[in-house]
Amino acid sequence: MTELQTALLELIRRTSAEIPDDVHRALLAAGANEQQGSIAANAMQIIDQNIALAKNKSQPICQDTGSVLFYVDCPVGYDQITFAEAAREAVRQATRKGYLRQNSVDSLTGKNDGTNVGPGAPALHFQQQRAPEVNVRLLLKGGGCENVGAQYSLPHTALGANRDLAGCRKVILDAVLQAQGKGCGPGILGVCIGGDRATGYEYSKQQLLRRLDDRNPVPELDALEQDIVQTANALGIGPMGFGGRTTLLGAKIGAVNRLPASFFVSISYMCWAYRRQGVTLNEAGGIARWLY
Amino acid sequence: MIKLNFPFTEAAVRALKVGDEVLISGVVFTGRDAVHKYLYEGGPLPPGVSLRDGILYHCGPVMLQQADGTWQCNAAGPTTSIREEPYQGRIIRDHGVRGVIGKGGMGEGTLAACQEHGCVYLHAVGGAAQVLAACIRRVRNVYFLEQFGAPEAIWELDVVDFPAVVTMDAHGRSLHREVFQHSQAELARRL
Repeated sequence: MTELQTALLELIRRTSAEIPDDVHRALLAAGANEQQGSIAANAMQIIDQNIALAKNKSQPICQDTGSVLFYVDCPVGYDQITFAEAAREAVRQATRKGYLRQNSVDSLTGKNDGTNVGPGAPALHFQQQRAPEVNVRLLLKGGGCENVGAQYSLPHTALGANRDLAGCRKVILDAVLQAQGKGCGPGILGVCIGGDRATGYEYSKQQLLRRLDDRNPVPELDALEQDIVQTANALGIGPMGFGGRTTLLGAKIGAVNRLPASFFVSISYMCWAYRRQGVTLNEAGGIARWLY
Repeated sequence: MIKLNFPFTEAAVRALKVGDEVLISGVVFTGRDAVHKYLYEGGPLPPGVSLRDGILYHCGPVMLQQADGTWQCNAAGPTTSIREEPYQGRIIRDHGVRGVIGKGGMGEGTLAACQEHGCVYLHAVGGAAQVLAACIRRVRNVYFLEQFGAPEAIWELDVVDFPAVVTMDAHGRSLHREVFQHSQAELARRL
């Protein structure tokens, strides 16, 4: 294996087995906040035990090791084709080693060839940057939480949601209500206001690359993020939908331009098993440092 | 904590109520999307598999085959159950299932079948694949591996003290319905 393949394999292993520190802190705080002895508190305890066990055994936090989503920031002239080949090989290796479940199915035939490599799998997103370094971020996003994602087109008559921030708030909270515990809460929302149907979902997922404890530099969006979390946590949905005090650990909201005719709000729900890691590569393709 | 041991009798299951926390021990069979569609369409269970007085676990585990041919379970949390809602009631009825383990809860059809035939829905903690895999002491067998692939196959597992919460009981109560109605009313006050 090349140094780059080895680095990407290690990135996959660690992403699958270890929860990032910012998420772990939020989960511990949420667990402490639940009423002791409640089924919600007991669920949070099992979650905490699970995090420790996965890390110690170097095995997947969750058996649904999810869609494998790479986000690569690279300088001009970087060889993206070689990177893509290395990423596919690392995914094959990670699957053989059990860091990833055999999780990729041919949509027409239903066949699972057990490699996790195929059309669109893994998904690779490249972005050029002026800086000389290569940053690779990885999300492993399971199907349970992906299935409760939602896209709303405003105005939304049934929800009384107009084309303004108040309307955005209504549909985002509706998505939380509809998700209940099915997305393995307490969850984290990535939201995009605007864009077309495809870029809206795309940007909503990119919001999940932000640290949980960051603050949005746009004041209106920052206020909306805080409000969504506070309101969602007053609904009593709780961990796993068992009822309880923490429904969301965070909400990350971005906005991109839209057409005059379109106003989409796209919501990606991330489960508590928030598998997100990243590395900066050194010149040889090895890991220089971890990003989260 | 209530101990629930194989074989899972109708009386034991009907004694359970929403909110009860249970520890399950004995044989359970996994089955998810492909298996549910197959059984619903009348497909026979393979020889050696019986769900009568048994538990069906909505789970697609990570399994690694060892050099001696046995299987090691590396991760085994529940998958989202609501996808099986169109099929679950009939499968409970036709196969005498006493418990369904999964996550996220199920709908009115399954709830009615639980009441009529004596079955409960047991909610495991989603994502807790390592804690739950540690409760699997042995992988006894696998069926439909070629046909459906590893996550979708029927895995026969020996479990000990597998933790779950009764969220739908055999008396027509569903925690999921109650939490939805409560949270819907709370949200309405905040819009």
